[in-house]
Amino acid sequence: MSNSPLTPGIVPGRLQAEAYARNFADHEPPLDRHEARVAADRCYFCHDAPCIAACPTSIDIPLFIRQIATGTPEAAATTIWSQNILGGICARVCPTETLCEEACVREAAEGKPVEIGRLQRYATDVAMARGLHPFTRGAPTGKRVAVVGAGPAGLACAHRLAMHGHDVVVFERRPKAGGLNEYGIASYKATGGFAQKEVDWLLSIGGIELRCGVELGRDVTLSQLEAEYDAVFLGIGLAGVNALRAPGEDKAGVRDAVDFIAELRQTADLATLPIGRDVVVIGGGMTAVDAAVQSKLLGAENVTIVYRRGQEKMSASAYEQDHATSVGVRIICNAMPVAIHGNGAVREVELAYTVETPEGLKPTGETFRLKADQVFKAIGQTLAGAPEGLAVAGGKFAGPAGRVWVGGDCAAGGEDLTVTAVAEGRDAAEAIHQRLTGA
Amino acid sequence: MANLSSDFIGIKSPNPFWLASAPPTDKQYNVERAFEAGWGGVVWKTLGAEGPPVVNVNGPRYGAVWGADRRLLGLNNIELITDRPLEVNLREIKAVKRKWRDRALVISLMVPCDEDSWKDILHRIEDTEADGVELNFGCPHGMAERGMGSAVGQVPEYIEMVTRWVKQHSRMPCIVKLTPNITDIRKPAEAARRGGADAVSLINTINSITSVNLDDFSPEPMIDGKGTHGGYCGPAVKPIALNMVAEIARSPETRGLPISGIGGVTTWRDAAEFLALGAGNVQVCTAAMTYGFKIVQEMISGLSQYLDDKQIGLSDLVGRAVPNVTDWQYLNLNYVTKARIDQDACIKCGRCYAACEDTSHQAIAMSADRTFTVKDEECVACNLCVNVCPVENCITMVPLPKGAVDPRTGRKVGDYANWTTHPNNPSAQAAE
Repeated sequence: MSNSPLTPGIVPGRLQAEAYARNFADHEPPLDRHEARVAADRCYFCHDAPCIAACPTSIDIPLFIRQIATGTPEAAATTIWSQNILGGICARVCPTETLCEEACVREAAEGKPVEIGRLQRYATDVAMARGLHPFTRGAPTGKRVAVVGAGPAGLACAHRLAMHGHDVVVFERRPKAGGLNEYGIASYKATGGFAQKEVDWLLSIGGIELRCGVELGRDVTLSQLEAEYDAVFLGIGLAGVNALRAPGEDKAGVRDAVDFIAELRQTADLATLPIGRDVVVIGGGMTAVDAAVQSKLLGAENVTIVYRRGQEKMSASAYEQDHATSVGVRIICNAMPVAIHGNGAVREVELAYTVETPEGLKPTGETFRLKADQVFKAIGQTLAGAPEGLAVAGGKFAGPAGRVWVGGDCAAGGEDLTVTAVAEGRDAAEAIHQRLTGA
Repeated sequence: MANLSSDFIGIKSPNPFWLASAPPTDKQYNVERAFEAGWGGVVWKTLGAEGPPVVNVNGPRYGAVWGADRRLLGLNNIELITDRPLEVNLREIKAVKRKWRDRALVISLMVPCDEDSWKDILHRIEDTEADGVELNFGCPHGMAERGMGSAVGQVPEYIEMVTRWVKQHSRMPCIVKLTPNITDIRKPAEAARRGGADAVSLINTINSITSVNLDDFSPEPMIDGKGTHGGYCGPAVKPIALNMVAEIARSPETRGLPISGIGGVTTWRDAAEFLALGAGNVQVCTAAMTYGFKIVQEMISGLSQYLDDKQIGLSDLVGRAVPNVTDWQYLNLNYVTKARIDQDACIKCGRCYAACEDTSHQAIAMSADRTFTVKDEECVACNLCVNVCPVENCITMVPLPKGAVDPRTGRKVGDYANWTTHPNNPSAQAAE
C-alpha cells in the first residue's frame, strides 16, 4: 500500500509491515530468570505488607516474591492464583503504579518500588508454560449456577464455583470469552493472544460450560435463569457508552473508542485497519489513552487527547499519560468539545477552554479548533441492558438480591479495574457457595 | 594524601595491601599485573618440595555462596599448592623481585614435616632475593590428608618445631600462616612465637561445603558426582577472621606479635578494621579473584582518605581498637540504651515489628496507620530492630543518661558495673 502517516482521511496501511510488528510488540518485555531473581531480591518481606492491602484481590505479594527469589516460580504462581485466578492478565494490565507498587515501601524509600507486576507476570508465565493448573474441581454438589458475562468478574466467579464443585454455565454475548481482556485493553499489553490462552487455561479446571453469543435480555432473561439455576451471577460490564452531547456527534469519522479498540484487538493484520491522519480522542481515562496510543502506533500523524478538567484529575495514571506522550500523543487539558464540524465527515473539532469554579466546570468563553478526520469518544461507559427488578444506584447494580449476585464494572463499589472485577467475582462465588451449601 | 608506606617485620612495601598466597600469585604474569595495578606486595603461591609437582583436579575447583544479584559472598576451593615445577617458580620469583624492588615478595612454603625437607627448600629459595617466607600451616584440603597444611597447623607442637627449623636454617623473616580450623587460635600463635616466628598471618580458609546439588546429591563443586570439603574465604569469613586477629592481638601471651590480617578483605574499610584490631598489614585474595587487581586502587585511595580525615598515620591505626576488645564479664551492665525510630526516615516496612514481636521482646508497637514505636518498658536494647531495618540510621540505640530510670526495670542508671560484681554472679566479689 502506498499510504503514509500524511495520507488524508481514514485509511489503512500507513506504515510498513515491520513497523506494525514493532509498534504492537510486548509493551513491557517479560523478565528472564536472572532479572526476576534480582527484582525479587529487592522485596523486604514487609510485615503485614502494604502492597497486599493495596491489591484488590489481596495477593500475598511478599510470599510469592520470596518464592520467586528461592527459585520456585510455580509455587509463586499458586500463591497468586489462590487469590486472583486471572493473575496473568492482571500482571499485564493492572495500574500497579496506583496499587501495589504505589504502596511498596521502596517507593517511599527510593521512588523505585519492587516490580511487583512484572514479577507476577514472570511467575504466572513460567507456571502456565509448564502447564500447571494447581486447582481441581471440587466434589460435585449438584448445584447449578449461571454466570452472565465471561469477563474477569464472571470468569473468576465461575472458576471459584467450580473449585467448590458447582456446575457452572457462563453466558457471553460476544463470540469470545474474556471481556475487556479480549476486547478492551491495548493490544501491546496482552500480546500473543494471551487473553484467550488464559481463558482456556482457566476453563481447564472443568465443570464450566461456556455459551458464547448469548445475550441477556435478547436470548435469555434473568427470570429464566433464576428459574433454571440455583444462583445467578451478573458480570455484564458496562456495555453503554456516554455521548458527547455536542452538535455534529453523528458525523462520519466520530466513533466510540471502545468499539475502535475492540475492532483493533480482533484484527489479525493491523495493516488492514484504517486510521485517521488527525485523530482526536475525547476523554481522560485508560480507554482514552489506549485509543490514542494505538492510533499513533497505527500511523496517525497527529493524535491529541482532549480532557475537560486539569491533568491531575485524569483517571489515566501518570505512567499511562507518560506512555502516551512518549509515543507522540499530545494531551490538552481543560478543554471540552462544543461542536464537531465537517461536511458529512468530521473535519474539525471545536473546543472550549474550561475553568473549575465552585459551581462546577465552566467554559472560559475562549474556543479553538483541532483538525480531525477521526474522533474517538472515551468519556465513560454506562450500564446497559440491565434486567428489571435489580436495584440500580449511581448507574450500577447496588448489590446482590435474592439468588442474584453481581460483580465487576456493572456493580457498585471499587474501581473499574480488571483486578477489582476478579475480586468481586471471586467473593460472589464464595457468597454463593455459602448460600448453596450452608458452608 | 596519607603516606601508606608499610614496614612489616622489616619487609617494606609502598602500601599495606598484599595479595595472599593463592591462585592470583601463582606465576610471574599474574604477579606483574598485580604490581602494575598497584599492589604493595604478594605472597607467592605455596611452593612444595623438589620433585614432581602436585596435581589438581580437572573439574571445578571453586564453589560459591551468592547474595543478591549474584554478588559473591563466599568462595571455597579445593585447589592445592602450586602445580608448576619448582625451578620455574624460583626463576620467575627471582625475575619479578629484580624488576619490582620496591614491592614486597614473600614465598609461601609447604613441605613434609621433617627437618631435611625444610632445610632443602629454604636452601633452594635463598637465591631468589625474596623478602621472607610464609609457612603454610593452614590449607585445610588435600594437602592436609598428606600430613601438611592444616594437619601441621592444628598441632601447636609441630608449628613450634617447624618454625624453629626455619629460623635455624634461614635468615629470612618468617611468617607463620594459621588455620582457623581449630578451637583456640591463640594456641598455634603462641607456638609460632615460641618457635621464633617473626609474625603470624591469619586466617587461612575455613573447612566448608558451600552447597549441595539437590539434583545430583553431591557437594559443590562436584567432581564426577562427588565433592569434598574445601577452604572457605571471601566476605563471609571476615567476622571470624577479625575475632581471631583480635584474640591474638590482645592475648598476654601473643601481644606484640606482628599479624598479617587475612579473611574477606574486600574494601579499604575492611582493611582498616583489620589494622585497627592489630594487623600490621592485610592480605587479599577473594576480592581480587572476584573483581580483578584494580580494586587495590580503591583500597589505597579509601585508606588514605580515612587516615587524612582522622589526621593519623598508618602506624597510629594499627591496634587502635585492641584495648576496646574485652571479655563479656567486663562489659558495663549499667549501660542502658533504648531503640529510637526516626519516624521521618521510617518507610513502614514493619520488619522491626515482625522481628521484635515474633522473635524478641514485644517491644515495638504498631498502629493502624503503620506507625512503629518503641515500648521503652519492654525494650532490652538487643539491637535486632536496628539490624533488620532496611534504612540506615532509621533506628538507633540511644543511651539513657546516668540517673535516669529504665522504664523496663524501674532502676536508675548507675555507674559502671560488670558481671564480676553482680549479685546474681555466684562467684561475685564485693566491690572494694
